Amino acid sequence: MKAKAFQSIFRQAFSEAWAKGGGFILPLSFFIGVGVLVAFSVGNRAELLSQISGGILWVAMVAGAFVTMERLYQADLEDGVLELHLQDTGPLTEYVLAKTLAHWLVSGLPMALFSPLVGIMLQMPRELLPLAGLCYSLGSLAIFFWGGFGAALSSSVRRGGLLIALIALPLYVPTILFGVLTIESYGTDQMFINLAFLLSCTLFTLAVSPFMTSAALRMSAD
Amino acid sequence: MKSLSVFANPHRFMMMSKPVIPVIGIAGFLCVAFSTWQGLYIVRPELYQGDAARIMFVHVPMAWLAMAAYTFLALASFIWFVWRHELADLAAKSIAPLGALSTGLCLATGSVWGKPTWGTWFQWDDARLVSVLVMFFLYLGYMAVRQAMDTHQRAARAGAIIAMVGVINVPIIKFSVDIWSSLHQDASVLRIDGPAMPGEYLMPLLLGALGYTLIFGSLTLMLMRSEIYMRRAEAKVLQGLVEK
Repeated sequence: MKAKAFQSIFRQAFSEAWAKGGGFILPLSFFIGVGVLVAFSVGNRAELLSQISGGILWVAMVAGAFVTMERLYQADLEDGVLELHLQDTGPLTEYVLAKTLAHWLVSGLPMALFSPLVGIMLQMPRELLPLAGLCYSLGSLAIFFWGGFGAALSSSVRRGGLLIALIALPLYVPTILFGVLTIESYGTDQMFINLAFLLSCTLFTLAVSPFMTSAALRMSAD
Repeated sequence: MKSLSVFANPHRFMMMSKPVIPVIGIAGFLCVAFSTWQGLYIVRPELYQGDAARIMFVHVPMAWLAMAAYTFLALASFIWFVWRHELADLAAKSIAPLGALSTGLCLATGSVWGKPTWGTWFQWDDARLVSVLVMFFLYLGYMAVRQAMDTHQRAARAGAIIAMVGVINVPIIKFSVDIWSSLHQDASVLRIDGPAMPGEYLMPLLLGALGYTLIFGSLTLMLMRSEIYMRRAEAKVLQGLVEK
């Protein structure tokens, strides 16, 4: 019964994320657009671009994540769907988990999958590309779950998009820090330690943020 | 909890806080004046850093205050979140701007100190420096979220949630210098084997910390009182007793 409820919430959330607001195309093109713009602005300095490509991709991913984040819970709050979930006997975290996972699958995972491609555009050393793809896949989960927390907290605020950025910014720091360190320490003993730290950041986020997001949603629906 | 609830009555709070504000404010000012005088004129220049180390008497109290204020912010938020004591929320609301100020001053004085001694204003891969900067943004986020909400209740609830999430950063700041290699020196006052600092420095430093804390408390109480007056005025308007 439980699994079935989760399944149906997930299917609903996934089709909404897929069909509404441009689906995966909008965040993905924003992600690529930020990368291209930075490459343009750095100019014809391949050496420099190659050194900073890892960091640029993190910034591009955060920017891409914010494109669709604002409406994540706002639509459900406005048309009363959230109210129904609140009256349900099941835990609200189930709804949060399904919602955020669907959102991540539609807009986060495509960005992570495309990150090696954008990395090539940014002159990222070729041997780093698989590791970078792994790092961005792991990190994007943390980015989307903390972003979801910000979205829940500001869903009752009109034009709360910038508020999400301010809330989520400090929460992103550990993930991005270890994400960058992992790519930087490629080929040394430190790499696995940094990768483990990145993984622990993601796991901590997955464990904690659904409860925080639920509390924020209860607040917004009041 | 019962004994603490005595203070949760706003009327009693207004009566008790009024004489406390000038007393701790003046005491704090005297402590800070003494510590600053000692730090600037009496204490000998430090062996390696010379006169640059004198900024310690502002930087260290600000760093302690920044962390202590966030801890209290989270504690007050928790108390409000669980027991819904309105005063706890007022305390949290009043602490936030002051905490942000002391964090900002901690970062500013730290940069000024770092330039001549480390040769850099800021180091981006340094755990201590970055985690304090993160705390600064947490304060800003807290205030922005409160500002954005349309009712007091909602502001308090959203603020409490974000304050409790951010508290994880406080132990990270405290232990960052011990876990990761950092430009920042290791803990030299609060450590297991006692302070690693001569008494000539330690005494004015501790007095300064006490003084700034007292001033902080006095300002917090002041902000809380003005907030209570504002709420009373709002209530009067709602009751139709006075024109807006």
